[in-house]
Amino acid sequence: MPQETNIPNKSILTPFNVVAGIIILAGLVITVLRFTKGLGAVTNLDDNNPWGIWIGFDLLCGVALAAGGYVTSAACYIFGLKRYHSAVRPAILTAFLGYALVVLALHYDVGRPWRLPYPIFLSPGTTSLLYEVGLCVFLYLAVLFIEYSPAALEWLGLKKVRNLIVRMTLVLTIFGVVLSTLHQSSLGALFMIAPSKLHPLWYSNYLPVYFFISSIFAGLSMVIFEGTLAHRFLHHKMDATHLRESEGVALGFSKAASFVMMGYLSVKLIGISVDNNWHLLFTGWGLWFLLELIGFVALPAFLYSLAVRERNLRWARWAAALSVLGVVLNRLNISVVAFNWYLPSAQRYVPSWMEIGTSIFIVTLGVVIYRFITTRMPIFYEHPDFRHDI
Amino acid sequence: MGVTRRKFLGWVGAAAVGTTSMMVPKARAASNKHFEGYPGSFGVLHDTTRCIGCRKCEEACNRVNDLPSPARPFDDLTVLENPRRTSAAAFTVVNRFESDAGEPVVFAKNQCNHCLEPACASACFVRALRKDKTGAVVYDASLCVGCRYCMVACPFNIPAYEYDEPLTPRIRKCHLCQFRIEKGLLPGCVETCPTEALAFGERDRLLKIARQRIDKFPGRYVDHVYGEREMGGTSWLYLSPRPFNQIAMREDLGVQPASRFTSGPLSAVPIVVGLWPVLLTGIYAISKRKDKIAQQERIEAVATTVADANDEMKTKMAELKDKMTREREAMINLEIKKALKEAAEKEDA
Ligand code: SF4
Ligand code: SF4
Ligand code: SF4
Repeated sequence: MPQETNIPNKSILTPFNVVAGIIILAGLVITVLRFTKGLGAVTNLDDNNPWGIWIGFDLLCGVALAAGGYVTSAACYIFGLKRYHSAVRPAILTAFLGYALVVLALHYDVGRPWRLPYPIFLSPGTTSLLYEVGLCVFLYLAVLFIEYSPAALEWLGLKKVRNLIVRMTLVLTIFGVVLSTLHQSSLGALFMIAPSKLHPLWYSNYLPVYFFISSIFAGLSMVIFEGTLAHRFLHHKMDATHLRESEGVALGFSKAASFVMMGYLSVKLIGISVDNNWHLLFTGWGLWFLLELIGFVALPAFLYSLAVRERNLRWARWAAALSVLGVVLNRLNISVVAFNWYLPSAQRYVPSWMEIGTSIFIVTLGVVIYRFITTRMPIFYEHPDFRHDI
Repeated sequence: MGVTRRKFLGWVGAAAVGTTSMMVPKARAASNKHFEGYPGSFGVLHDTTRCIGCRKCEEACNRVNDLPSPARPFDDLTVLENPRRTSAAAFTVVNRFESDAGEPVVFAKNQCNHCLEPACASACFVRALRKDKTGAVVYDASLCVGCRYCMVACPFNIPAYEYDEPLTPRIRKCHLCQFRIEKGLLPGCVETCPTEALAFGERDRLLKIARQRIDKFPGRYVDHVYGEREMGGTSWLYLSPRPFNQIAMREDLGVQPASRFTSGPLSAVPIVVGLWPVLLTGIYAISKRKDKIAQQERIEAVATTVADANDEMKTKMAELKDKMTREREAMINLEIKKALKEAAEKEDA
């Protein structure tokens, strides 16, 4: 796959392009259906199950997995861990694309997407956590765009503007952390309004805390995971600094992730104790809950710490993949699986293939745009004109 | 469910109930008292022991709200064989509940309960839903974005959505016939009900009537008025001959209004906004300072090394000089000795 970017005039019918092309085509067909026939024709949503995977995966997982942006830039610019500098740009790019796609996905899900600015500009419903989410995502998307823009400006050769923006790095980073803290946690708090619908093992007053902490290790893991893929397919785009630092980034982030995940586990235990839900662990739901917690949090946390001790990149990558899956599982559990758990199975929601198709379509769009940008703009390398200039 | 004395509900922040047109929010926000509905606001008392399951209320609702005509006519009572919920085409549905031990069948009508502090309104991020002073929870389709968070939030699973409208879907639910109340008319269903299973009036009065009926016929009713406290209280009130969970009305909802569940995270916002920037700037300053100190130490270390080297050099030079001087002196002495010796030898010769 990486060759075709090396040899530009080769046929464009590479396996990657063909598969991506088919997915995008299918996505466009579903898009037409959605906007001519309505949600009913495309999704399995109904009056009891108003939110499906477009919220559970596209919104909740999208935002959590895009947390690498604020985590990496905070590590580098606020905590002064300069050795992670080469990881900042790819992370910011992923975050920016991630959030942009989240907003795109919302256009499919909500009834009248052109009214999405209403809550912010026309009639703010400040009692709603969704309002907080909307406002923060909107502002953070703007922040991410500005944070990402130096790469594009270097590519375009616009030195002055670029330097101006680079000088605002610290302020932007702090702003980004504040906004991320707010909306990452609020996404969890969204479900606090419905204690009668979410299974008690997942419902907790700590939901916002869980969501925020898990966004940190989701972000860290995504940086490692994405780094793995990038190394395989975009190796030739990386400069010596990036290659030299990447192992340190992976191991450093592994260490941080294992600590944060241990913290997450303890807060989860506190949550179970506070609500005294121990007895529920021995039900079917309890087993599912334990699988999420042990198989996809405790296990990768342990793998991460082993990887750090043995300086073993392979394990770090496995741990990252597991953690990413774990965060996806957690978000889907809360929004879809354990939501409405009490309803008879005939009334439960299972996504339609077109819903899944749309989600795959949107992820594919992200990968294609990511590749377009990283093969052209200074993401994995420093632009020769701007080297060591922050 | 045991109805205990109303809990002391500390009202934290969040003007809740999501309306601008409210006259009391300020007073409420500042007090520790829990909102008990607008004084004189209306409600409906549904006495299920009087309901005969004729579906006339469904028909009237359909008519006054111009809803699409259903696939099966309203006088087809076989519809009652399957449990139903509200939908975009039916704001109210009557369900039939069989009993096991020869007890009479119970019919119960279901629709929006018009909560005193509605979960749906507190969840709406664009204030498309609000509690009106008539008691109705009303909806403004001209604001609605169609996010469906109100449906997630409603503990009674009431709001429905027009899933087949591609571009202009609305949330659909009972609005207590607010437009009729304002004209002095009864809600469609209440007006039609042939058995007075539905009674419209001020909520406070209805509550008294309900209590009186229970007192008068303790054998006929369970001792509970559903809606008096559920989720902070609702404008619709219910009486039942059987425990409410047997007629599909949840008894595990608690007495707290939904806005209480989210007031915690909402009140954390100012803390994050106020605290984070200060903390982060502090951390930045510390890490900067650490860098600086490290840098300084490095410079100093280099300087000392250089200085040490200099000193060493100097001593070496001095030694060298010393040595050289001494050597030279020795040489001169030697030369002198040699010269003297030579001179002496010449004299001898
Ligand atoms: S019953 Fe549901 S829809 Fe009706 S007011 Fe209460 S929360 Fe809103
Ligand atoms: S669907 Fe409409 S009424 Fe319901 S919460 Fe969203 S914007 Fe408000
Ligand atoms: S009209 Fe009255 S008696 Fe007939 S189903 Fe409706 S509530 Fe029951």
